[in-house]
Amino acid sequence: MIRLELTSMLRRPRTWVTIAMLNALPLVVAILLAVTDLGPRPGTGPPFLSAVLTDGTLFPLAALGIVLPLFLPVAVAVIAGDAIAGEAQAGTLRYLLISPVGRTRLLVAKLASTIAFVLLAVLVVAVAAYVEGRVLLGSADPSGSVTSVSGSTLSQAEMIQRTVVALGYVTVMMLGVAAIALFFSTVTESGVSAALGTVAILIGSTVLLGLDAADVLQPYLPTRYWLAFVDLFRDPIRWDGVLRGLASQGAYLVVFLGAAWANFTTKDINT
Amino acid sequence: MIRTRGLTKRYGALTAVDGLDLDVREGDVYGFLGANGSGKTTTVRMLLGLVLATSGEIELVGRPMPASRASALPHVGALVEGPGAYGHLSGRANLATFDRAASATSRRVRSRRIAETLDQVGLDPSDRRPVRTYSLGMRQRLGLASALLRRPALLVLDEPTNGLDPQGIREIRELLLALNAQGTTIFLSSHLLAEIEQMCTRVGVLDRGRMVLQDDVASLVAPTGRVAVHTPTPEWAAEVLGARVEDVSGPRLVVVSDDAAGVNAELVGAGLRVDEIGPLRVSLEDVVLRASTEHAGARA
Repeated sequence: MIRLELTSMLRRPRTWVTIAMLNALPLVVAILLAVTDLGPRPGTGPPFLSAVLTDGTLFPLAALGIVLPLFLPVAVAVIAGDAIAGEAQAGTLRYLLISPVGRTRLLVAKLASTIAFVLLAVLVVAVAAYVEGRVLLGSADPSGSVTSVSGSTLSQAEMIQRTVVALGYVTVMMLGVAAIALFFSTVTESGVSAALGTVAILIGSTVLLGLDAADVLQPYLPTRYWLAFVDLFRDPIRWDGVLRGLASQGAYLVVFLGAAWANFTTKDINT
Repeated sequence: MIRTRGLTKRYGALTAVDGLDLDVREGDVYGFLGANGSGKTTTVRMLLGLVLATSGEIELVGRPMPASRASALPHVGALVEGPGAYGHLSGRANLATFDRAASATSRRVRSRRIAETLDQVGLDPSDRRPVRTYSLGMRQRLGLASALLRRPALLVLDEPTNGLDPQGIREIRELLLALNAQGTTIFLSSHLLAEIEQMCTRVGVLDRGRMVLQDDVASLVAPTGRVAVHTPTPEWAAEVLGARVEDVSGPRLVVVSDDAAGVNAELVGAGLRVDEIGPLRVSLEDVVLRASTEHAGARA
């Protein structure tokens, strides 16, 4: 079932259209930067964006910073929100269940294909941005070393390691989003509602993060530690934000996947 | 093949299915009749483990449901409330998806079986168009193909001829009867009496969630021990037959007798002319309507 879900996800045009759209914004940013040579002042705007003008190879990280606040979570919410609700809407859910695929197995297969989608999306964004960065912005330092966020110099090997960890971190952050969307997907019969419900939670979280009065809530909000991957490029690495981010996404994963499972396995399928 | 005891489903205060005792035997073509909203679809969904019963027991192909769904459902093919298919895939790819989801058949066997089944329901196995371009009738045929694909011992079909033209209805009916002759038990849920009457050997009638009738069709519409006579001279005929006449209405007499030929000989011998004569049968429609009204009366 998992293999079937994976191949059908990969063969669906929707998957690739979503990923292509995800890549549009970083491409536009890269072109604008290349043409105008106007970066945001250091410390403002999306992370790493001020640095890419001097070193195009940093653009994958800048691109992740660009898509992470909205584009990537929306794409994940759409795909995961459609997982069960989309089958219900098409009338195929009942036929899958009586074929018979166990409800838990179906949910696990859907989760696996969502995880694969998140990984794929993150990787495609990173690779595309690397190419765009090299072609449009050029690489600055022939030695291949890079200046860290803290000002010291990072070797190319260190840089690659940290980038891989950062990609993994962003993927985990998106899995929290996927878990929420998957839960909504078992509640409603409309994939759009499930996706919008998830996006509403993320926007709510972002709004509360900007509000001082919500101080006590902030450590628990789903979007709180998303950008902590920037801390991986400090010297030495500042792990506390990253670890808290992993812990909080882990909690969201357990709670929402548990809720999705509890709801889906005891639910009357009337569609 | 299907047996339920006290099967009940409540949605809050509403009781959709109330203490249902279904009994479908091997080799039956069982007609499950009921008006829209009488609880047929809820029952079918409970049989297949899609809807969980509030109380009662279900046995499907000899196994308890929904506990043994994994071992019971592979022997069951079903069409529930219309076909469901992935619009962006071809009919073939759709069948392959549902088949792959649950069984580990080899690619070659699967491919051959799919082509056979598509051919059986009257779809072109080489058709590569996506299902989204299919007509309602073609979708219905695809749904049937998906139910038949694994040559199940039991077919549970909810309104199988929905959306088909008269020619298509006849083809599907003949296909189902042929499968039944080869040993497939068929559970057919419908609100179309004519469809049930033409095909079924047993019938169960559901009225507002309760079973009001469950019997063999043959015994329900058995001869009534009456003969109906149509004649241009009913008074004269009544005179000839005397006390055996039960009812006269217009040109039609109802006579207590098992022997239509004998009654005919008697009348013709007396010099009467007869337009039409034959044993009086009740139609399934009469039986069903009577059972439903009696039930409504008992409830009131």
